[in-house]
Amino acid sequence: MLENRHMQETRSTCPYCGVGCGVVIESDGEQITGVRGDPDHPANFGRLCTKGSTLHLTATAEVTLQTRLLQPMQRLQRDAAPQPVAWNTALDTAADKFAQVIADHGPDAVGFYISGQLLTEDYYVFNKLAKGLIGTNNVDTNSRLCMSSAVAGYKKTLGADAPPACYDDFNDADCLFIVGSNTAWAHPILFRRIEDAKRANPAMKIVVVDPRRTDTCEIADLHLPIQPGTDVMLFHGLLHLMLREGWTKPDYIAAHTSGFDALEATVRDCTPERVAQICGIDEAALIEAARLFATSPATLSLYCQGLNQSSWGTAKNATLINLHLATAQLGRPGAGPFSLTGQPNAMGGREVGGMANLLSAHRDLTNPAHRAEVAALWGIDSVPSQPGKTAVEMFQAAADGEIKALWISCTNPAQSMPDQATVRRALERCEFVVVQEAFATTATCSYADLLLPATTWGEKVGTVTNSERRISRVRPAVAAPGETRHDWSAVTDFAQRLEARMAARAMTLFPYALDSEAGAEAIWNEHRETTRGRDLDITGLSWSMLETQGPQQWPLPEGATTGCVRLYEDSIFPTPDGRARFFDAPFKPVAEARDARFPFSLNSGRLRDQWHGMSRTGTLGRLFGHAPEPVVQMNPLDMARCQIGEGALVEVASRRGAVVLPAQGSTDIGMSQSYIAMHWGEEALSGRSTDGGRVAGINALTTSAYCPDSKQPELKHAAVRITKAELPWSMVTAAWLPADRVLSVQQALRMLMSEFHFASCVPFGSGAPLQAGVPEPSGLLFRAAGLEAPPAELLTCIEALMGLATADVMHYSDAQHGQRRRMRLARPTPGSDETRLEGFLLAGDTRAEAWIKALLLDRLPAQSFGRQLLRPGATPPAGIAARGKLVCSCFGVTETAIDDLLQQTAGDDTQRLACLQESLKCGTNCGSCIPELKRRVRNIAIVAVAA
Amino acid sequence: MDMRVKKLKLVLVGNGMAGVRTLEELLKIDPDVYDITVFGAEPHPNYNRIMLSPVLAGEQTIDEIVLNPWSWYEANGITVHAGWKVFEVDRVRRLVRAGDGNGGLVETPYDRLLLCTGSDPFMIPVPGKDLEGVIAYRDIADTQNMIDTAKTHRHAVVIGGGLLGLEAANGLMLRGMTVTVVHVNAWLMDRQLDETAGGLLRQSLEARGLKFRLGAHTQELIGDADDGKAGRVRAIRFKDGNEEAADLVVMAVGIRPNVKLAESMRLHCNRGIVVTDTLQTVTDARIYAVGECAAHRGIAYGLVAPLFEQAKVAANHLAEMGYGRYLGSLTSTKLKVTGIDLFSAGNFTGGEGTEEIVLSDPLGGVYKKLVIKDDKLVGACLFGDTADGGWYYQLLREGSSVNGIRETLMFGDVGPC
Repeated sequence: MLENRHMQETRSTCPYCGVGCGVVIESDGEQITGVRGDPDHPANFGRLCTKGSTLHLTATAEVTLQTRLLQPMQRLQRDAAPQPVAWNTALDTAADKFAQVIADHGPDAVGFYISGQLLTEDYYVFNKLAKGLIGTNNVDTNSRLCMSSAVAGYKKTLGADAPPACYDDFNDADCLFIVGSNTAWAHPILFRRIEDAKRANPAMKIVVVDPRRTDTCEIADLHLPIQPGTDVMLFHGLLHLMLREGWTKPDYIAAHTSGFDALEATVRDCTPERVAQICGIDEAALIEAARLFATSPATLSLYCQGLNQSSWGTAKNATLINLHLATAQLGRPGAGPFSLTGQPNAMGGREVGGMANLLSAHRDLTNPAHRAEVAALWGIDSVPSQPGKTAVEMFQAAADGEIKALWISCTNPAQSMPDQATVRRALERCEFVVVQEAFATTATCSYADLLLPATTWGEKVGTVTNSERRISRVRPAVAAPGETRHDWSAVTDFAQRLEARMAARAMTLFPYALDSEAGAEAIWNEHRETTRGRDLDITGLSWSMLETQGPQQWPLPEGATTGCVRLYEDSIFPTPDGRARFFDAPFKPVAEARDARFPFSLNSGRLRDQWHGMSRTGTLGRLFGHAPEPVVQMNPLDMARCQIGEGALVEVASRRGAVVLPAQGSTDIGMSQSYIAMHWGEEALSGRSTDGGRVAGINALTTSAYCPDSKQPELKHAAVRITKAELPWSMVTAAWLPADRVLSVQQALRMLMSEFHFASCVPFGSGAPLQAGVPEPSGLLFRAAGLEAPPAELLTCIEALMGLATADVMHYSDAQHGQRRRMRLARPTPGSDETRLEGFLLAGDTRAEAWIKALLLDRLPAQSFGRQLLRPGATPPAGIAARGKLVCSCFGVTETAIDDLLQQTAGDDTQRLACLQESLKCGTNCGSCIPELKRRVRNIAIVAVAA
Repeated sequence: MDMRVKKLKLVLVGNGMAGVRTLEELLKIDPDVYDITVFGAEPHPNYNRIMLSPVLAGEQTIDEIVLNPWSWYEANGITVHAGWKVFEVDRVRRLVRAGDGNGGLVETPYDRLLLCTGSDPFMIPVPGKDLEGVIAYRDIADTQNMIDTAKTHRHAVVIGGGLLGLEAANGLMLRGMTVTVVHVNAWLMDRQLDETAGGLLRQSLEARGLKFRLGAHTQELIGDADDGKAGRVRAIRFKDGNEEAADLVVMAVGIRPNVKLAESMRLHCNRGIVVTDTLQTVTDARIYAVGECAAHRGIAYGLVAPLFEQAKVAANHLAEMGYGRYLGSLTSTKLKVTGIDLFSAGNFTGGEGTEEIVLSDPLGGVYKKLVIKDDKLVGACLFGDTADGGWYYQLLREGSSVNGIRETLMFGDVGPC
């Protein structure tokens, strides 16, 4: 139907994790119509995960119109609805305010909190604005919550913030040591490559260290379920064993490292018995892990937030690198400590120095020579020497009134920062909050005085660097919608205006053409020049080279024709003496140990099909098929002990806050531990807090205790209390809604969440196979609970939003007993008798959800039920088999279908998996569900059928 | 066993459903106490008045709705004066005097007198109410009149959107007339249904072809004579000035207890003949009143179920058993329009201290409301699906607590869940 429009293809990158996959964006010139993996991109070679392969569905006109911030908005009063303003007015207002704050309170009274999802060019301008123009180092990013311990770990040991390995090393490794990373979910395309490597080399051993039995463990030969936060003790214990068994490489240690003696003394008393006891693992497993790590010809460790998000994160990173240094497991193909980056351009951000403790091109703020170099490059007298405030410190300073103007770009601190009580106090106290965002739906937007609309995936122009130091071009497939602008462009525009209000300068610091590709390239070229002679030297690279030769790894100095695949192959390290340094650190437990009052460990992490605060993935119902709703996972034995039933609402409380959500039993979770996915911010999980405000989602619980070196907070662990929430009144409503309305309704429902003690609001989609050109059906699920039934008007309002207030809705109400049920039925095909449930609301007795939700989600014929749909109770009037949880998002295959087939399938595990893939097609597209399929293959036995 | 030499004399005035049911109950208890004489103004044996609507609709014949054929009276030794109108009762000498309208007179003595004079349709006092073609809907004669008119005329207007009016309208429509129902209230059957159910009823009747004018006040009926004040009715005019063609106007706006005879007997009447819990008149203990003419505790019932309950108590007392007491009835209503299921009983409007459970299925054309007070079911209003009406009526009468079954009450009597 769009044949007359010219179809275009644009090569760019995926905006999600740090793997940095290349994508080919299909568009008709105005609208993105499809996406596929870029077969030529060296990160993914054409593959995409569940999230990447649905990117185009998060960029539809409907999503854009309902969720995007499309024009600058100003809030004249907090709590008031923001009003549209012109860009000119918006930027002048911001410049006036910033200039005034700087004049009145000094440059350190302003702060910039930016993002690892910004492009390198965006970052560069922010950094220059803060450190070059304003004269403050108060520019920090959400990478602080993500990678700063990895950075500090690398710098403390190898001397530079540079992952030495590359993705191809998977193919050469004989042992993979995966620590604190659920690679299967968080970096699915890398996991595909690991699976390929294991298939090609079945002798390859994989060790997974994780308190949880994650899907990544499916491929593991050995899983060490250590107690949360005991990584350093584990690594010390491994080194102790390596020394005892003579598995270290003394020659290498002597030739290329320093500081081993002190470390040797430290690990001396980390005996296997002690380590096994503290880490809560088998001694035999510990010995096996040490053997595999040290004696495999090439050991590659992969690690992520499990090591980073810790109050002792630098030590965790560095003591792991110790093992590589002691056994010479680096600088060779298949060997090395490989930190997996969480965000698509956290690397790029650090390259331009966009953090409170960094300067351009991995320069150090504390180094006067580095400061002088940067000042010279920028043509200014000096850059400030006082380290800026890091993420946690910045919000604490704002909460204390020290920072008065805050510019937040491309991140959602009101969702993602720990200790939300402080963060929100900061946002409320701050005199002027600018939020530069692509999506109008984030929790942080409600605190903004000024909202500046930004371009996003498919629209942006610039570059990003992925986990393996590879720089890729980001290219726009479609024009910027509405009045959105590239972040670098808007910030440049602002910087020029602020510059005009500050001390007179002969030449602008920001001579970049606004809103054009040339401007972005000019910024990048300026950045390139700063890298000359640095570890990340890219003076040999240009945009035209990226154009003709594709993505390139750094360093790529002038004269080089290709980037450097692997670092330190010469065993010379970027330290003053060229030697790597062992890091001697004692073991320190988690910042907040379990105790009698808070007897559970709360762990947090990612879901397979969601990303970060879900501002993008949360627009697509399909991505909720795998993990539909916020839950806290607990070991079933703990649940039994606490008399918590499956699905029962519990209150999870830490010293800082509490959230109410359903409990879900999982043997993947250890005893006295619990797990909540980090995505569930107040946008999806909220309620009324004890002080009458909104519950801020999972990070109401987490602690801002941070690592003294990296300043990265311990998002991975908080001590919590889990008690049954006695909320006798409950409600659940779900409905299919038109694509051009569903997300607006979601916004409206979010506003109502704080009317209840507990509320969650998530979209859902169909489990149908992903098909090009077929519109995705979309629905919403809203759940709430309270001490008593809320006023009828509130329910009426919810019903109206959910399309359950129309004249044809079937309903039942017993107001005095708090019972209210509504069913909207429709005939999809005119003339046919088949009726389908389009939406329902159950309030009071919600047990019928068990079968009614299946009717709705699976779009089963409902005509035979009639008014029995309004009947209370968990037992359906006639047999309705729920299709079960979605496992394969690409082909819409559910656990029920998989288990049914497995029960009839004989053969060994490989044959049975092949049978699943052949018959149901699950796991044959993006492959993200393969670990789960394998687990089911192993757990579901064939059921003998009588002949 | 009966040691009495001479039987007592019982005279029944009104050969209708209430009176004859009382006789039946009495005969069941003791067939030998009385010599029974019955006076009836209509020249028919006792027939089922509430089945006149199916007769009008052509679904049944008059013969089929006769409850007690002449042979029944004969077999039970009952003297019948059908077509005789009682015009006087001498309470001192205990004599009933009746005439056949052709000069014939009869005088019958009584020991016990049972007044079952029923009710008269209320004719709204508008100009033109006496025109030809303006009738009530009460008995076989009215029914026959409508059946005949439907053969020769096209436009019918039924004034009154209550039970009877709608049944008349439906019957006339089935007999080929264009029928408009005129109702002063905002919704139909407002004494039996709440607004929602009334609206649903209107929808389904409109779907069948009836037309409605709700909230319409009748100004006058216009005749086909030149001055519009004589001849056969031609149109109905409303207070808002609108007119509607009408060759037949049926008034079904309510009934009034027929107390003319009782008043002439100087029995205490107040919206009916005032009776005690044993259905004896408060004025004269030898005289009983049962049915639509009786006012018990201030209520004159117009429905059949209470009449039968009264009959049972009156018979018990007449048979000198004396332990039966009538304490009032819960009423329930069904509309006899084929294909429309409607049921209402008790206090379906709710009010102070009551709680409501409501179920609505607009696509299925079903609406149900149950009213609960002090954990007991006190009212029900069902539209579209009345299968559980009987069960609710039973719960209503039993007055037992529904607390244990409240959650499933709406979904019918299927045993414990």
